[in-house]
Amino acid sequence: MKAAEENGIDIPTLCYDERLTVTGACRMCVVEVKGARKLMAACATPVSDGMEVLTESDRVVEARREILRLLIANHDLRCLTCERNGDCRLQDYCYRYKVEDTPYKGAVIEYPVDTDNPFFIRDYSKCIRCGKCVTLCAEINGAHVYDFMHRGFDTKVTSAYDDTLQETTCTFCGMCINVCPVAALVEKSTLWEGRPWEVKKVTTTCPYCGVGCQLKLKVKDNRIIGVTADRSGSNLGDLCGKGQFGWAYVHSPDRLTGPLIKRNSAFVKVSWEEALNYVAARFTDILNRRGGQAFAGLSSAKATNEENYLFQKFMRTVLQTNNVDHCARL
Amino acid sequence: MTNSINEILETDVILVIGSNTTEAHPVTGYRIKQAVRNGKQLIVADPRRIELVKYADIWLRHRPGTDIALLNGLAHVILRDDLWDKEFVAERCEGFEEFEKTAAKYTPERVAEITGVDAELIEQAAHLYGEAEKATIIYAMGITQHTSGTHNVMAVANLAILTGNVGRRGTGVAPLRGQNNVQGACDMGCLPNYYPSYQPVEDPAARSKFERFWQVKLPEKPGLTVTEMTDAARRGKLKCMYIMGENPVLSDPDGNHVVEALQNLEFLVVQDIFLTETAQLAEVVLPAVTFAEKDGTFTNTERRIQMVRKAIDTESKAKPDWQIITELAQKMGHPWQYPGGPAQIMGEIAQCAPLYGGISHQRLEQEGGLHWPCPTPSHPGTLYLHADGFARGKGRFHSVEYLPPAEEPDEEYPLILTTGRTLYQFHTGTMSRRSRLEELRSEELAMIHPKDAEIYGIRDKDTISVESRRGKVTTKVQVTDQVPPGIVFMTFHFKETPTNVLTIASTDPVCRIPELKVCAVRVEKIISNPPVDERDNYVGVYKQ
Ligand code: SF4
Ligand code: SF4
Ligand code: SF4
Ligand code: FES
Repeated sequence: MKAAEENGIDIPTLCYDERLTVTGACRMCVVEVKGARKLMAACATPVSDGMEVLTESDRVVEARREILRLLIANHDLRCLTCERNGDCRLQDYCYRYKVEDTPYKGAVIEYPVDTDNPFFIRDYSKCIRCGKCVTLCAEINGAHVYDFMHRGFDTKVTSAYDDTLQETTCTFCGMCINVCPVAALVEKSTLWEGRPWEVKKVTTTCPYCGVGCQLKLKVKDNRIIGVTADRSGSNLGDLCGKGQFGWAYVHSPDRLTGPLIKRNSAFVKVSWEEALNYVAARFTDILNRRGGQAFAGLSSAKATNEENYLFQKFMRTVLQTNNVDHCARL
Repeated sequence: MTNSINEILETDVILVIGSNTTEAHPVTGYRIKQAVRNGKQLIVADPRRIELVKYADIWLRHRPGTDIALLNGLAHVILRDDLWDKEFVAERCEGFEEFEKTAAKYTPERVAEITGVDAELIEQAAHLYGEAEKATIIYAMGITQHTSGTHNVMAVANLAILTGNVGRRGTGVAPLRGQNNVQGACDMGCLPNYYPSYQPVEDPAARSKFERFWQVKLPEKPGLTVTEMTDAARRGKLKCMYIMGENPVLSDPDGNHVVEALQNLEFLVVQDIFLTETAQLAEVVLPAVTFAEKDGTFTNTERRIQMVRKAIDTESKAKPDWQIITELAQKMGHPWQYPGGPAQIMGEIAQCAPLYGGISHQRLEQEGGLHWPCPTPSHPGTLYLHADGFARGKGRFHSVEYLPPAEEPDEEYPLILTTGRTLYQFHTGTMSRRSRLEELRSEELAMIHPKDAEIYGIRDKDTISVESRRGKVTTKVQVTDQVPPGIVFMTFHFKETPTNVLTIASTDPVCRIPELKVCAVRVEKIISNPPVDERDNYVGVYKQ
């Protein structure tokens, strides 16, 4: 699989993730190896010297179509309103291999949607049992929340005893949402907020702890509606609950909206012009009377490098003092 | 950090001390757990039964504030049993003889007495760490937030250089920074004794360099640290403070004193995104914007400089901090001009801060994050430090001795309070408490051991008061053996329970980090929850 990726060959996959142990669960990646009788799963087959591989032969394509037919036989196909419409591996591959329908008309199992935790829904009628959430939760988070339940057609991927996640060891890191190739796991904050193609994704750095995870903010109509993984940083796409779900303060109604000056012990809204003039006048007055030693500044471990640089430059050059520090020795 | 985060996966033995990594730095916590799953070995030194204890080969449950004794004890065994890297020490270190003498005094037996850890476990841990081909030490505020913080850090460094675990992939020491850009704030010179890139204020050459660069005369004396500022303000020596994006009323030790200090000022300006507890004390409040509304860079704990990108436009009159500072400087008659915004400011930083010499927004956009030192535009950045020797020539051993914490429990205040973070909230809660994380954890839960709970007649979820010589707070309680007997653990995320009114402002003599980790307290039950008789009824029901 890696070899194919490096050579720009696109082998379809539903269950492969370079961070995780290969499970070979989905069989979408089958390829024909010259000399081998059976088709091989590309994700589980190491390349060897002189190996000849056909990635889109008739046999391979037919095998993939068969897998897709089986998958959609037991899948809630209400694509019209699906949150992943247009951003769904199952759709993409059905389109790529022209699978319009399935001959296997059986009972589609409808599972109740679990909406119990504050952060994401679990809709197992959409689950394709790729197992990525199972492996990721166990191998990266270490929480071991999910596993396969029952067998055969009834197989369901879920938490122990099908409990709501609050009753499990789940730490609400949200990483399982970001590996799910379909709409089985979806952030609540994005529900009905926009189609995938209307949502702009902006890569940035998490504002919480010093690990500095890279993540993508999902933005629609100038509002953040969610977060998704970004693999460009040293977090390799991993996040914790703070990075994944901790952004809502940006749109909090408590945000300060304009400068305030305290008059008769109550804050009054003023213009920037007035506020800055006032601060500058007071600073200048104290500076003239007392000199730089009367000033001190605390800068922020939440501000950017550029802002911290300007802040200490301001304290040192404008207010003439080295009394500058930040609280976050803590 | 001397090395990068993902090198944790390549090391053989990990020693975690004073860091509840899985809660405070979760993604780094994942790496430690992944390493253990891949067969790497883990030593955890922590008074609390933190999650990593489950993954540990050895758990050293030392008393809070006894880190130096423990670390010196490990060094003692490593020296005694000849597990140290003689070649590395001879070639690359100095101060060894004195250090050897100090370490000699820390026999496992004596260390066991001070720390409460079995001598046998100390021996085992020393062998595990000392015999490893590659080992790394991870620590956080549990190490730095003591009166002896600087000495703790030195004791950690001693252990690493003694065993030659520096300057190679998968080794090193890893201080984990609490807030996202602590590293950057330090790098940028938001420190009383350093200009950007750690150029000392007291060094005349550095000073004249910056005088030329900024075209002003600069003060010669190093300034005050945050805790000294509080003191100076209380004594009336400071008249005016400008606070940007910090909430010292909740985050700083001895919170009542901080309020007093700030009230004692002639003029206080606070610049923030919310009307925080600190902003409420200000005369002028300037509204800033969040990380999602501006461009710039953050530097993470592994020295990696990464872009912050504007995702949305601000819907109110709030402005980015850089713009507010620039306009203020202009109003005060300084010709600051940054029409190019943060990218232009980074250009200026690159000119005066050698560690960032090769950094530009353009490069970060093209190449992704870069680790400093990155002195020139063609330099690829530095994943791990000290590969070809130490910055100052040789690595120095510092002989540091164990000193008891500034305040020890006594009859009046018989318990030790120690503080930290939880997974779902962050720092003083100004950001995390305004998100859905609040639904998972919305109030303080002081942790107390079942034995102590029995002594004070406290049950799970009761409301208690916790009182120190400086103040008193009330909190709900969680009875758990995650903490050892004699110790109460609390966070400082919740303004309803401002834990820092209890803590001490006595500071580390060198680094001036306040003693947030250890102070003496007493507890008292206020409200039973649920009321006792009702609870007895429950028991009755279960019995039937
Ligand atoms: S949110 Fe994280 S911990 Fe919870 S089930 Fe998903 S991966 Fe596991
Ligand atoms: S929930 Fe998603 S990730 Fe998990 S097995 Fe189902 S389809 Fe795969
Ligand atoms: S996602 Fe979690 S671990 Fe990563 S930087 Fe944010 S708070 Fe830290
Ligand atoms: S990707 Fe190979 S089996 Fe799923």
